[in-house]
Amino acid sequence: MGYFGKEFAKGLIVSNPVFVLALGLCPTLAVTTTLDNALGMTFVVLIVLLGANIIVAAIRNFVPTITRIPIFIVIIASLVTIVDLQFQAYVPDLHASLGIFLPLVVVNCIILARAEAFASKNPILHSTADALGMTVGFMIALLIISAVRQTLGTGSLSVFGFHFFTLPVLGEQPIALLILPPGAFLVIGLVMAIFRRTGVMKSE
Amino acid sequence: MNELIVIFIGMALINNFIIVRFLGLCPFFGVSKHIGSALSMGVAVTIVMTISALAAWLIEAYILIPFDIEYMYIVMFILVIATLVQIIELFIKKTNAQLYFAFGIYLPLITTNCAVLGITLINRVEGFSLSGSVVAALGAGAGFTLILAMMSGIREKLETANTPKSMRGLPVAFLIATLLGLAFSGFGGML
Repeated sequence: MGYFGKEFAKGLIVSNPVFVLALGLCPTLAVTTTLDNALGMTFVVLIVLLGANIIVAAIRNFVPTITRIPIFIVIIASLVTIVDLQFQAYVPDLHASLGIFLPLVVVNCIILARAEAFASKNPILHSTADALGMTVGFMIALLIISAVRQTLGTGSLSVFGFHFFTLPVLGEQPIALLILPPGAFLVIGLVMAIFRRTGVMKSE
Repeated sequence: MNELIVIFIGMALINNFIIVRFLGLCPFFGVSKHIGSALSMGVAVTIVMTISALAAWLIEAYILIPFDIEYMYIVMFILVIATLVQIIELFIKKTNAQLYFAFGIYLPLITTNCAVLGITLINRVEGFSLSGSVVAALGAGAGFTLILAMMSGIREKLETANTPKSMRGLPVAFLIATLLGLAFSGFGGML
């Protein structure tokens, strides 16, 4: 349990995939307009990262070193295809709003980086913990950014139809910039700076 | 012809790959500290994007659709891109060693650049023709190179600036991207 807990915890803050390792920035910025999209993307990453880490860890002793990257990519691409088809069938709205960022999970650096740097060298249990920790770290980053963008950008916060609150003034005149693409860069930049200022993360 | 110009400008300026569509951010924040390497990276990505878009269109039209296996597009596209990058790398190495060393590590890294897979997916969703796909890839590559070069120019100046400690590195790069994005949103009304 000790190992499991350690591998899990490191993904949350110390090597948070988004804020510290700066991996997987493209989906982080693109899908954080609403909490719904952020949670949908987290779910996709959870399934693919968990599946890829477990499969790669299971076959790590049989894969020839020289062809390992193409093999990993095919495993990841197959998992993404499965998730893509399932989403299309069961949650078509979410599938449409994630758009090309669902198939683009194939080239998400987090997944290939974890398969190559961790799962190809560690047993299945450790790789599972690593995948879960990285996914939770990814989710934390996505939730922080999307909560800020949705609250200030639309004036209210709701998730999957459940309404939390509407801000008094911003409800009528939201800061639309935050929903637009430049707003994504602004929020992630300021969140990173605040984390460094308060000592949660190290400065350069 | 007119339609192709509209696609080109739309891809390069209005829906710029980096600051509007958020594709290819890793080289944007990783590589872009010197104008020279930014330009090399931009050119390499543009070449790979154009050839990939061409190959992806042909595969979609002549393999995936006739055999009714369109759901295999993700696996097919990524394999084609990975193979193409290897072939281009070998080709450049044999024909122009100087260029090969100029590109260095960037060439193999392009496989996992989401801009390359992104252009094939966008072309597929938009349903562009063969010429449209190639022009879209050229436009996207031009826009990518432009932003990469602008960013690296700004960051070269920034290295001598007195940035607050907690803003150094990535956070300030994100804020610059915000300003670039705001400036480029002015192109929105062009077409």
